[in-house]
Amino acid sequence: MTRTIHLSLDINGRRYDLDVEPRVTLLDALREHLALTGTKKGCDQGQCGACTCHVDGSRVLSCLTLAAQVEGRQITTIEGIAAENGELHPVQAAFVEHDAFQCGYCTPGQIMSAVACIREGHAGSDEEIREYMSGNLCRCGAYNSIVAAVREAAEMA
Amino acid sequence: MRDFSYLRASSADEARQAALQAGSVLLAGGTTLLDLAKCGVMEPETVIDITHLSGLGGITVDAGGATIGALAKMGEVADHAGIRAAFPAVSESLSLAASAQLRNMATIGGNLLQRTRCSYFREPDVFPACHKRNPGSGCSALGGVTRNHAVLGTSDACIASYPGDLAVALVAFDAVVEVGGRTVSVDDFFLLPGNTPERETVLERGEMITAVTVPASAAAKNSTYLKVRDRQSYEFAAASAAVGLEFEADGKTVRDIRVALGGVATKPWRARNVEQALVGKVLSPETVEAASRLAMEGAVSHGANHYKIELAPRVVARAILKVGGLA
Repeated sequence: MTRTIHLSLDINGRRYDLDVEPRVTLLDALREHLALTGTKKGCDQGQCGACTCHVDGSRVLSCLTLAAQVEGRQITTIEGIAAENGELHPVQAAFVEHDAFQCGYCTPGQIMSAVACIREGHAGSDEEIREYMSGNLCRCGAYNSIVAAVREAAEMA
Repeated sequence: MRDFSYLRASSADEARQAALQAGSVLLAGGTTLLDLAKCGVMEPETVIDITHLSGLGGITVDAGGATIGALAKMGEVADHAGIRAAFPAVSESLSLAASAQLRNMATIGGNLLQRTRCSYFREPDVFPACHKRNPGSGCSALGGVTRNHAVLGTSDACIASYPGDLAVALVAFDAVVEVGGRTVSVDDFFLLPGNTPERETVLERGEMITAVTVPASAAAKNSTYLKVRDRQSYEFAAASAAVGLEFEADGKTVRDIRVALGGVATKPWRARNVEQALVGKVLSPETVEAASRLAMEGAVSHGANHYKIELAPRVVARAILKVGGLA
């Protein structure tokens, strides 16, 4: 039995209408239904952080969030953080500057997490950055450069 | 993940009413429910979304204690100035748990109800036998890899450990769970597995946690949560301890002490025998070490988890020495 529900989602300041099964996660809604593939699917079980998005400004895992749950909330994905003229967000620029990635698959999640981490005031030292970024795994092991990028972006914020 | 129907509750009463139906389950942060639905452990027919209910997310702290709404997020409670001042162990238990993202999602009510991380419980396709998942089917953990399994409170039916941190701090300070019209102490809220490991709490079908209250005390104010684990962050406890201490006016004799353990037992584990051994005593490394060993009274290991019997008392002792100003 396939039941679909109609949802209207506010993503990056735009309204998207879609019909999905109730079990569809925000992650799958973004990637499979709305062609917003910047948000990555890593483990799909809440363990790696690759799918990190913002809901009402706070960082969450879109793989453990139902799309139906976030109707009426403001969702921000990696596609929504650069300026309208294409200028990179300071955290994006810092990641480029510090070469804070290798394969790049975890990067959108790292950046979304870092933007929130800085806004929360949890980027005051390398130690604090490591603790509050621990939900984002990087299998290439680019952690030192990630910490440097977050620290620089935090100092400029 | 099997498909389900979705109901967005517009009131707590509507949610409770809907939850009376077999196959219905409440959805708060979703970090346990959706994870276990993907594992095939939970197969709800109806998911009742309570995240849009208002009035269940407040945090208030006054001279009498704290009241934490069931829908307050872990991260909000961890960072709350009043909680940090009056209940440092509660704040620390939350900030040392999970990741920043999960703490922004998971609620206090849902946190209490998180399920065990027993790898046999979590993989029904590979390990069909699990009394907790399917009563009467057996236990795949017994005779298996038991490094993360409990040494206290186990039974012949189940050795799965309770994975949470918050409930360990709560049980140390006599916190109470509010469930609609009734209240239950955190200690009584969680059940030992016995012959019915599928029954983990006293919650009945259709009941919903609405708040947690923690009475203020001098011991709670001078408290800490020490968590030892395989990696420095974002990991469950190998062994943890919530400890609070109040001295007599002499500044060295124990008036009140609270000790609870995590990562080693089938439920949040209050170690009253350790407390009783120290009340009225002058705190010293020797008395603390001897008393901490009592925490493992009745402990049973199943091979690979034997290290917990050595580790847990050391964690308890370190935590007591810290709040006692001796470390």
